[in-house]
Amino acid sequence: MYDFSYHKPSSVADAVKLLAADPDAKAISGGHTLLPALKHRLNKPTSLVDLSGIAEMKGIKREGNAIIIGALTRHVEVANSDVVKGAIPALAYLASHIGDNQVRNRGTIGGSVSNNDPAADYPSAVLGLGATIHTSKRKIAADDFFLGMFTTAMEADEILVAVEFPIPEKAGYAKMKNPASRYVMAGAFIAKTASGVRVAINGAGPCVFRQTAMEAALAGNWSAAAIAGIKQDADGLNSDIHGSAEYRAHLVGVMAKRALAAAG
Amino acid sequence: MNAVAPFEGIGVRMRRKEDLRFLSGKGSYTDDMSRPNQTHCVFLRSPHAHAAIRSVDTAAAAAMPGVVRIFTGADYAADKLGGVPCGWLIHNKDGSPMNEPPHPVLAHGKVRYVGDAVAMVIAETREAARDAAEKIVVDYDVLPAVAGINEALAAGAPQLHEAAPRNICYDWHIGEKGPVDVAFAAAHKIVTLDLTNNRLIPNAMEPRAAIGEYDAHSGEYTLHTTSQNPHVIRLLMGAFVLNIPEHKLRIVAPDVGGGFGSKIFHYIEEAAVTWAAPKVGRPIKWTADRTEAFMTDAHGRDHISTARLALDKDGKFLALHVQTKANLGAYLSTFATSVPTYLYATLLAGTYTTPAIYAEVTSVFTNTVPVDAYRGAGRPEATFLLERLVDVAARETGIDRVEIRRRNFIKPDQFPYQTPVALQYDSGNYFATLDAALASSDWAGFEARRAEAAKRGKLRGIGISTYLEACGIAPSAVAGALGARAGLYEVGAIRVHPTGSVTVLTGTHSHGQGHETTFAQLVADQLGVPFDKVDVVHGDTSKIPFGMGTYGSRSLPVGGTALVKAMDKIIAKAKRIAAHLLEADVADIEFDPRAGAFKVAGTDRSKAWGEIALTAYVPHNYPIEELEPGLDETAYYDPKNFTFPGGCHIAEVEIDPDTGHVAMINFTAVDDVGRVINPMIVEGQVQGGVAQGIGQALLEACVYDAQGQLLSGSMMDYTMPRADDLAPVSVATHTTLCTHNPLGVKGCGEVGAIGSPPAVINAVVDALRDHGVRHLDMPATPAKIWSIINTRMAAE
Repeated sequence: MYDFSYHKPSSVADAVKLLAADPDAKAISGGHTLLPALKHRLNKPTSLVDLSGIAEMKGIKREGNAIIIGALTRHVEVANSDVVKGAIPALAYLASHIGDNQVRNRGTIGGSVSNNDPAADYPSAVLGLGATIHTSKRKIAADDFFLGMFTTAMEADEILVAVEFPIPEKAGYAKMKNPASRYVMAGAFIAKTASGVRVAINGAGPCVFRQTAMEAALAGNWSAAAIAGIKQDADGLNSDIHGSAEYRAHLVGVMAKRALAAAG
Repeated sequence: MNAVAPFEGIGVRMRRKEDLRFLSGKGSYTDDMSRPNQTHCVFLRSPHAHAAIRSVDTAAAAAMPGVVRIFTGADYAADKLGGVPCGWLIHNKDGSPMNEPPHPVLAHGKVRYVGDAVAMVIAETREAARDAAEKIVVDYDVLPAVAGINEALAAGAPQLHEAAPRNICYDWHIGEKGPVDVAFAAAHKIVTLDLTNNRLIPNAMEPRAAIGEYDAHSGEYTLHTTSQNPHVIRLLMGAFVLNIPEHKLRIVAPDVGGGFGSKIFHYIEEAAVTWAAPKVGRPIKWTADRTEAFMTDAHGRDHISTARLALDKDGKFLALHVQTKANLGAYLSTFATSVPTYLYATLLAGTYTTPAIYAEVTSVFTNTVPVDAYRGAGRPEATFLLERLVDVAARETGIDRVEIRRRNFIKPDQFPYQTPVALQYDSGNYFATLDAALASSDWAGFEARRAEAAKRGKLRGIGISTYLEACGIAPSAVAGALGARAGLYEVGAIRVHPTGSVTVLTGTHSHGQGHETTFAQLVADQLGVPFDKVDVVHGDTSKIPFGMGTYGSRSLPVGGTALVKAMDKIIAKAKRIAAHLLEADVADIEFDPRAGAFKVAGTDRSKAWGEIALTAYVPHNYPIEELEPGLDETAYYDPKNFTFPGGCHIAEVEIDPDTGHVAMINFTAVDDVGRVINPMIVEGQVQGGVAQGIGQALLEACVYDAQGQLLSGSMMDYTMPRADDLAPVSVATHTTLCTHNPLGVKGCGEVGAIGSPPAVINAVVDALRDHGVRHLDMPATPAKIWSIINTRMAAE
């Protein structure tokens, strides 16, 4: 690990100031992605802006027909939240299956969503539920947020403050884990929402994406039969020592079927 | 009323003495130690698999804050010292010696694998050393690299060593080809199988570490290191590498967090920190991080083989012909050469009466980490080949796979049994372990379970392996004749203290096996001294006699036997002291370890242990003219033969055809490890070994790309078994005694890793029996299984 300076602001405004003042600064919350990178000397920030002291970024609440989860909320808190379990059980299920106990006790939703690791769990729920990202500057629709591998619409001095999830009629999540890392090899988050059916695929490609053919099929016929014949195109999907793009494309269909079954 | 002390000897599940300190954070590992005025060392490692070193510029690095000294390969070469030696000389088919290229401590002129050490940076802190290492400028001329066995043997392949034309270390054989050819010519059926034994990365929990220091006052060097055999390191490093006389070199291997073979070998970092210590005048500490462990700990396995089995019309095995190519990596690690030869091809008879066997092995250099012994070392490779081949033979002859094994088993009355590949088995009962495992696994009820699984859309399979292995490699004279450059005896000393407590000194080394418990039980059993009054000392060459360490499941059969012999000497001497005190003839003295007393036969006259021990050291009333004082005996034991554990492993799996995931449902192990000293420790050893075997079968794959870059270089990409990857492992033992050691013990450290991989793969192949699968190589990952199923479905 290289040396860096450390800041612990107590407000979003102060955190933004610190990030704006130093283009090589990095924000950190749970640290489950950044810390290993620092330890391996793969990242060399001049300073770390620790967000954990910012009270306004914490907590889970229901507002009308939406659940708003503060960016600093740890996975374990989402998994155990009665509010989330009551309104969007698929989201609580997803959170309860991220990594292992240690990861769930430290990792935060804001960190996961803003990092946009293609093999992370949360982006599928954000996209699959059509969530809205609240940042220090603005609100961004999920469809406009995830731009590519480890890339989002947020700017360098912009902080993810909360995620607003509309409560769906039904939703389900299923994933196949990478045998080594236990990150997502292919996952599907399927939701029947007020604005229509949404199918978000994570793990399989370089960035979470919507499976529009399945969405169209399910909109007309919410059943396994509707998507049984839909083949995911392997073009552009990830391929590595754990599985080919063709395997991942196949898994997309399997996981979609399982997510649909979980949604009921 | 006298309470009867609980029996703490052979056969009791004594809780492990060492666990209290391990579980409460009181273990003392090499990295826990800090020597006064210590410096820290980081090795700069090659990012290239194969390159010429044009220059190494350390000027900027040397000027970095906190840097003490930097050494390069040129500095080491200037001292005209040795490279790391190989401990086993193999001869080619034509009798000529193997090619043995130098294995430099610091790379000089050329690097040959990613991770090859180019320079060592010594600094006040580890971080300062790392910062400086990044400032070293190495001008590499990158050369074409080769990582795979077949690629290394191909015409025009990049050449690693001048001393190894065509990248070949040796071309070796065992057995007689003539009778094999005759048998094949007359065979009713010939079964052929091509198979790969996947390369593995050991991943002991504690990464390697070393602290080198030099005492200018005494001229003595001390190396603390994560080793399974400190005396072997002292001999190799002192005599062959650094020219340090052994009386001036102390090696300490304190608590060591797992080895699995990977800590047998003498590694370059040990020599480097010891060599550099007097030059900087301060102790030098190095600790590998996990990334370094992946790229520098010796890997395991990595064979490609073709096996042919000749059978008669009744399914009796007539002959076996095996051709194997083994990857040795970039340099010869300490015992690398013995693994694909004498620890592998000698096992090809397995549990069967195959009368003619001929095996040919070509070992090759590649631009990869050196490959050496890993839990089982050669025997898992032989077992996987044989037990897969037998399953294929069963299928292709139409004979049931259990039945074909029974027809070919060596029968209990055939022991001692001489195989055609050098070994002579002393004891075993393969029918008994088979029957017990079939019953325990409910083999007969499997088809109902398969049908039930099919209703759930799952493919269920069951697989069997009836394996044999050889432990406690011996005798020294035979191993020496075959090329071993080391003795293979073991030493034990029993030091009875004046008040009756006992210190055991053993040349074996415990790095998880529980020797402190097992050996204390042996003493409790044989001498009647309470378990808590026995301590076991190991791992420090300044404390223990010259021993050979721990590997190949040898500690109990070889090291334990040395202790028994030392205890026999203690008892004999104690009887003479007792005879003197009791004024009786020594022939009339009986020792009752349960009572802890020596008594005159047929009388009630006796002397307690404590009194005998005290008399030995306070010899006021003592036969001083005939007997030396003291009660402290040492024994060396060189076994007459290997020991031959064996048994039956049965795996049951369920495949999800949608994802290709293989779930372990059940695992049954019935092993014959000879007499069991502590059943709990044996069960733990078998379970751990089975976990590693399941890891090899289903999960673990060391992958290099064509340029020699390690793709599976971290836990993110190398699949170590986790608890939920495993199944309940039912462990039972069926004992036949080893006939040539006094305890009748055989060793249990490796049986789990040796017997289990073919059982698992046989189960996977069985699960896919309707998908046209004849064989698949390890690991059976979800992607691989899906690909097989999908290809089959597409073809239909």
